[in-house]
Amino acid sequence: MNVDYDEKDKLLTFEITEEIDHHWSDKMRRQVDNEIERYIPKTVVFDFNKVSFMDSAGIGMLIGRYKAVKMLGGNLEIRNVKSSIRKILEMSGIPKIIKIS
Amino acid sequence: MQNKYDNEMNLEILSKSNNEAFARVTVAAFVSSLDPTIEEMADIKTAVSEAVTNCIIHGYEGREGIIKINCKISGRKLIVEITDTGKGIENVDIAREPLYTTKAELERSGMGFTIMENFMDELKVESIVGLGTKVTMTKNIKEN
Repeated sequence: MNVDYDEKDKLLTFEITEEIDHHWSDKMRRQVDNEIERYIPKTVVFDFNKVSFMDSAGIGMLIGRYKAVKMLGGNLEIRNVKSSIRKILEMSGIPKIIKIS
Repeated sequence: MQNKYDNEMNLEILSKSNNEAFARVTVAAFVSSLDPTIEEMADIKTAVSEAVTNCIIHGYEGREGIIKINCKISGRKLIVEITDTGKGIENVDIAREPLYTTKAELERSGMGFTIMENFMDELKVESIVGLGTKVTMTKNIKEN
């Protein structure tokens, strides 16, 4: 996972390079939460360009991060979602709460 | 005796989370002889990942145990059986309900069985408390 913070726009971007399953989501959650607490960003972006797999562990992780970001007054966005992953996102209702562009 | 299936594969793995990726990739490789679409492949990998994760988190609750994965091909049908000898599920009907989870503190979404059901054609869950759980999923791979 690559992390980038843009101070001017208070934009924190996570480029996810791993497959999002139970094994990896625990580590990802810790790292993302640390960065969010450190910067208190206005916008958090998960860039899914390199994500080729996600299961329900990803749903739990995304909903948890959505709540954390919102609690700190920010917004969460997911970008560059592949069609194979769009299916699980839509099934879980995530597009209703998280902006996907 | 002749095997009534066109192909069969057995895999035994320890209940370690880094085996989740190994299990789904292995099943995907096994079914690749039927030339599934990218979407069918993604469906199978996701469903296998859910079932194996359930064995690790719920069946064995983080303890070490064996997960057995049996895959068969009959014509254009894939049959996947995933078995653990963990603690079992008290009420399968409730466990299968969308958003039901006993592990909310781990940020589990309660979507595992719902995904298996939606991404595969059939899902059967058999469980005995104290003995373990067997999940059987089938998927028909369309002719291209």
